Amino acid sequence: MKQFPIKKIVVYLLLSLGAITMVFPYVWMILSSFKTPAEVATTPPTWWPSSFAFTNFVYAFHTAPFGQYFINSLIVTSCVVLLTLTTTILAAFAFSRLKFPGRDILFTGLLALMMVPFEMMIITNYATISKLHLINTIPGLIIPFTSSIFYTYVLRNFFLSIPDSLYWSARIDGASNWQYLWKVMVPIAKPSIITITLLNAILSWNSFLWPLLIANTNSARTLPIGLYAFITEGGVRYERLMAAATIVVIPMIILFLLARKHIISGVAKGGLKG
Amino acid sequence: MTKSPLKSLGEALLYLSPFLLGVIIFSLYPVANVFLISFKEGYRMATGAFQQYGLGNYTRVLADKDFILALKNTGLYVLFVVPISTALAILFAALLNQKIRFTGLFQTAYFLPMVTSGTAVGLAWKWMYNYDYGIFNYLLSLIGVSPINFLNDVRYGLLSLIIFGIWSMLPFTIILLLAGMQNIDPLYYTAAKVDGAKTTKTFFRITVPLLAPTIGLVLIINMINAFKVCSELFPLFNGKPGVAYSLYTVVFYIYDEFFLNRQLATAGAAAVILFFIVFVLTMVQLFIQRKWKHY
Repeated sequence: MKQFPIKKIVVYLLLSLGAITMVFPYVWMILSSFKTPAEVATTPPTWWPSSFAFTNFVYAFHTAPFGQYFINSLIVTSCVVLLTLTTTILAAFAFSRLKFPGRDILFTGLLALMMVPFEMMIITNYATISKLHLINTIPGLIIPFTSSIFYTYVLRNFFLSIPDSLYWSARIDGASNWQYLWKVMVPIAKPSIITITLLNAILSWNSFLWPLLIANTNSARTLPIGLYAFITEGGVRYERLMAAATIVVIPMIILFLLARKHIISGVAKGGLKG
Repeated sequence: MTKSPLKSLGEALLYLSPFLLGVIIFSLYPVANVFLISFKEGYRMATGAFQQYGLGNYTRVLADKDFILALKNTGLYVLFVVPISTALAILFAALLNQKIRFTGLFQTAYFLPMVTSGTAVGLAWKWMYNYDYGIFNYLLSLIGVSPINFLNDVRYGLLSLIIFGIWSMLPFTIILLLAGMQNIDPLYYTAAKVDGAKTTKTFFRITVPLLAPTIGLVLIINMINAFKVCSELFPLFNGKPGVAYSLYTVVFYIYDEFFLNRQLATAGAAAVILFFIVFVLTMVQLFIQRKWKHY
């Protein structure tokens, strides 16, 4: 049976229209970042910059320490991801493999707590971090985010799908719980762990409200907060703002192009908990 | 192999303690504390002193016209963003689910906004919304519409926020719906083809009903996220809640009360009200969706 060509044309037309709508803000951001002030302030707008000069990027890097922000973001995200992964693997193991009194009640209670939005916790957490004298420090951006009920829930479900027989045969071979977890379960759960890592990294890298409260000095600012400070301190010069925004967006675009399939299947399976 | 319950609890606690430590200090305690503080009248942040327990903070918040405005704005935002983005997402997910070429290219285009910083992208939107040189007003001028002051006119602020909100919500929604569609047994479509059903009929009679549970889930997740609208305001309006303070949202109000006015107790009361609203609406949706299942 041959496809009716008009139907195909409509599908591609609609899909292209949608794709252009989704990508346009990025294209316009990057094109604008190469323009001169005169090219930005024209009607009708100039589509292509006359030359791809890096003037605006040089200005952005000179005015604000975007290199420092990048390193801060990198430190915060890798620490959050590594610490969360460790606590998640250990807790998911206890909730799936170990039998102890009160396990199911505790787990149900945690799931109920998961429903409370983070915005409700911000107030007290700010006070806690302030008492610990961690305002304007990198650890202040990390330590509230070392445990995730959501990822523990996801990994526990995966651990539960690993057959019991594997456990008992490992135990008969003399493996302890600890060895079984790291030598058998973790390698099997690798796809699940990659998913958790990617989703958590994206969330942490783009996090805004918490670092906005905590990081008010250049030494602690992450990329999104540094960009926001650049807007408020640098004034409205769109070609410069777009250069700064491009600097912030590029690392994630590269990550997305490299790990597209993992990210998409991860979101489809686990969803992003915002 | 049986161990004594005490010994098994001890071993489990060794595995659980790093996780529970974080949960207790940064999730459980803050939630309990915010409930408690919201009932403390005359609470002082510096000393922790207060006059008595009561509903004073709640009556104060509910009488604050900024909070009422925040509720109204947030409600309208949810009411427009969630259904529109979900409807558009169903359309695009259905299109992406066809046998098409350039899948990689289309996936990159549709899903990229999921990974990039909302602050950076919000800034690009601010530039596109610009009154004098923004691309939107140029495109509008091509069809003879006079320029709109998207961000600095009280009448258009919410609309601009809603359009940006729909765009931001699309990628995530499309992914979840696409995954739901790919779980539908292809046999249904084969049967429909044999019976000679048209594409639109197949879509409304097979895809949509079988997708109902996924659509229900997506509606709830999107509603919860849309109720928390706040950080979108920062790049668009320079950290202010819209022009002339017209665009307060509930979370922005909480942020303002807490961070700028240092009113911890009223901020807490507002947070509890938000949680209560979202909780009730989630339950109502779950209840309605139970009645949807008609297959």
